[in-house]
Amino acid sequence: MYKILTKEMLTPTICRMKVEAPRLARSARPGQFLIVRVDEKGERIPLTISDYDQETGSVTIVTQMIGASTRMLCEKEAGEYFCDVVGPLGMPSEFTEMPQEKLSSQRYVFIAGGVGTAPVYPQVKWLHERGVAVDVIIGAKTADLLIYTQEIGAVCDNLFICTDDGSAGFKGLVIAMLEKLVNEEGRKYTQAVAIGPMIMMKFATLTAKKLSLPIIVSLNTLMVDGTGMCGACRVTVAGKTRFACVEGPEFNGYDVDFDEAMRRQGMYRSEETEADHKCKIGRNE
Amino acid sequence: MASKIGRVPVREQEAKVRATNFEEVCYGYNIEEATLEASRCLNCKNPRCVGACPVGVKIPQFIAHLASGDIEAAAAKIAEDSSLPAICGRVCPQETQCEGSCILGVKGEPVAIGKLERFVADYTRDKGGVKAVCKENNGHKVAVVGSGPAGLACASDLAKLGYQVTIFEALHRPGGVLEYGIPEFRLPKDKVVKAEIDQVRELGVKIETDVIIGRTVTIDQLIDEEGFEAVFIGSGAGLPKFMGVPGENLNGVFSANEFLTRNNLMKAFKDDYMTPIHAGKKAVVVGGGNVAMDAARTALRLGADTTIVYRRTENELPARREEVHHAKEEGVKFAMLTNPVEVLSDEKGWVRAIRCIRMELGEPDESGRRSPVPVPGSEFEIEADTVIMSLGTSPNPLISRTTEGLQTNRKGCIVADSEGATTREGVFAGGDAVTGAATVILAMGAGRKAAAAINEYITNK
Repeated sequence: MYKILTKEMLTPTICRMKVEAPRLARSARPGQFLIVRVDEKGERIPLTISDYDQETGSVTIVTQMIGASTRMLCEKEAGEYFCDVVGPLGMPSEFTEMPQEKLSSQRYVFIAGGVGTAPVYPQVKWLHERGVAVDVIIGAKTADLLIYTQEIGAVCDNLFICTDDGSAGFKGLVIAMLEKLVNEEGRKYTQAVAIGPMIMMKFATLTAKKLSLPIIVSLNTLMVDGTGMCGACRVTVAGKTRFACVEGPEFNGYDVDFDEAMRRQGMYRSEETEADHKCKIGRNE
Repeated sequence: MASKIGRVPVREQEAKVRATNFEEVCYGYNIEEATLEASRCLNCKNPRCVGACPVGVKIPQFIAHLASGDIEAAAAKIAEDSSLPAICGRVCPQETQCEGSCILGVKGEPVAIGKLERFVADYTRDKGGVKAVCKENNGHKVAVVGSGPAGLACASDLAKLGYQVTIFEALHRPGGVLEYGIPEFRLPKDKVVKAEIDQVRELGVKIETDVIIGRTVTIDQLIDEEGFEAVFIGSGAGLPKFMGVPGENLNGVFSANEFLTRNNLMKAFKDDYMTPIHAGKKAVVVGGGNVAMDAARTALRLGADTTIVYRRTENELPARREEVHHAKEEGVKFAMLTNPVEVLSDEKGWVRAIRCIRMELGEPDESGRRSPVPVPGSEFEIEADTVIMSLGTSPNPLISRTTEGLQTNRKGCIVADSEGATTREGVFAGGDAVTGAATVILAMGAGRKAAAAINEYITNK
């Protein structure tokens, strides 16, 4: 059993929890994910790790209610327990293996959308602590759906906010902001990283390609065990089938077959909605 | 003249009924049936059955106890060599092992050793189980990676020798393939698997679930920081193979591992569990092993009209004969000498059919089986909205990649000698992680051998 130490709602549908998992907290690296099982009859829910703290032996997860299982997760309160929390899973971000001298010459731009903003935080923090230049673009539909702006603002060089309706920051999409930064403001980046809804990552990749900017994306595919055993997470990368859970979740965006990945992600959507007729959130992401 | 009695038939759930539920297929013997069947054993002086058992269960001796009515003594005799008798009695390929070498089988039918083992285990478990004898705690700590058959067998033997054993399991329930792979209708989870694992726990073995060795903690950390003097890797088979044909990533194409894990470990067949599963209206299972039979019979029970597609003939099916027989009785169709060449899509990216080619048998290959060759121009389509690939697995690289000095072979399997010793001192391995996908009992045999080797290693250190 894994104790929920703190819980807060970041938006009406996104919650942040700090969970006690000492072994996991000790091994977690930026870019990795974990799996939560809320109770004995629940699904195994893969979630990207949003922070980890060896001292308190805790990990932070940020979850959006998009179906019956994630709603059950978000309905748990501080002091209650999850049945299982297992990880860290997947490969750490590529930069965690880079020698300092190579790192120092990099200029990163992160493109974060929706709940995908949370896992950007440990990556930006890690780079910032090593003196690497990092800009971050965060996008949401409206101002009240923005998350992690303060946390990320504190550990990056420049933060750019975008909303669809202009209720905060730039009015427009994150990719329009990226183009603006590079083409109009002449900012130079060596590497882009996009984390967010699959459709956002697809278009971020198309934009990055146009700008001749290398881009890494973090794929939130379906998963069961998360250790390579089931193959539910398979994606086509550079024409080859890869398992996102053990070889990813981060891949070179140029190589990813996003259309297939999006189609596969929706495989159980009808079953998920049957499990909870009331929930329509996230179905049109 | 005991041997004049024919083999006592075992009662089973009727095929039509069981094809719609997940209750166990075979009811097993009752005490009268078991005693009668036990009386058929000739108690051979040189019992070939014992030599054919990968863990060396003293078969004629336990059967003799059973025949004389001392079921507890029979159970204790089995427990000397096997910690999972109710499991083995159900899933071992007896026809190629103990029963396959039974002298009665030469002219008639062999003693139903598997069913007798199962009876003894079930009977004594219902009466409170056998108490195995453990030596005093010797203060040495051993880590076991994986709680499948190899890990459980290794841990039991070591615990009996007085070691403090901790098993690390990646999933949320212990049991490995017994839990995620083999379906409820063949191996009941709570009644049998959990009960036998609880008996292993009673020997003092600790089981930590949700720990992925190679990710959550490495083997080096277990040795250097947590004080384990030896490690046994029984991490199992690993990543599912796919054919590499076009359309394999369409929606509705699954590995047998995914399909079975959703249903067995994650209990998709039970209404009160959240797990989604897609068996569809027409399911095609590709492959001919036990896993393919399990996947097909599961899809059938979930309501799909199910066909097994296999590229050789029925004679070459690697599955246990009993599973093939049961699958047929239940209504699974068999399309033999058939090989998929492409999975075909509907307009939404879901499977609509699988295109196959007819095969014929050619010359025998290195495995001695006649290798199938495609018949040119014989392509045809089988309608399907679910395709389940059951083509075996390749080793999971998580542990070998993160353990210094642990050698793997060309196929990625961990290199270990016949006693289980790897290229890394103090690290032993056995089961599917070493051999590639095999059987429960072979994994248990490897686990037992490694336990003996670990004992010798620590004693002589």
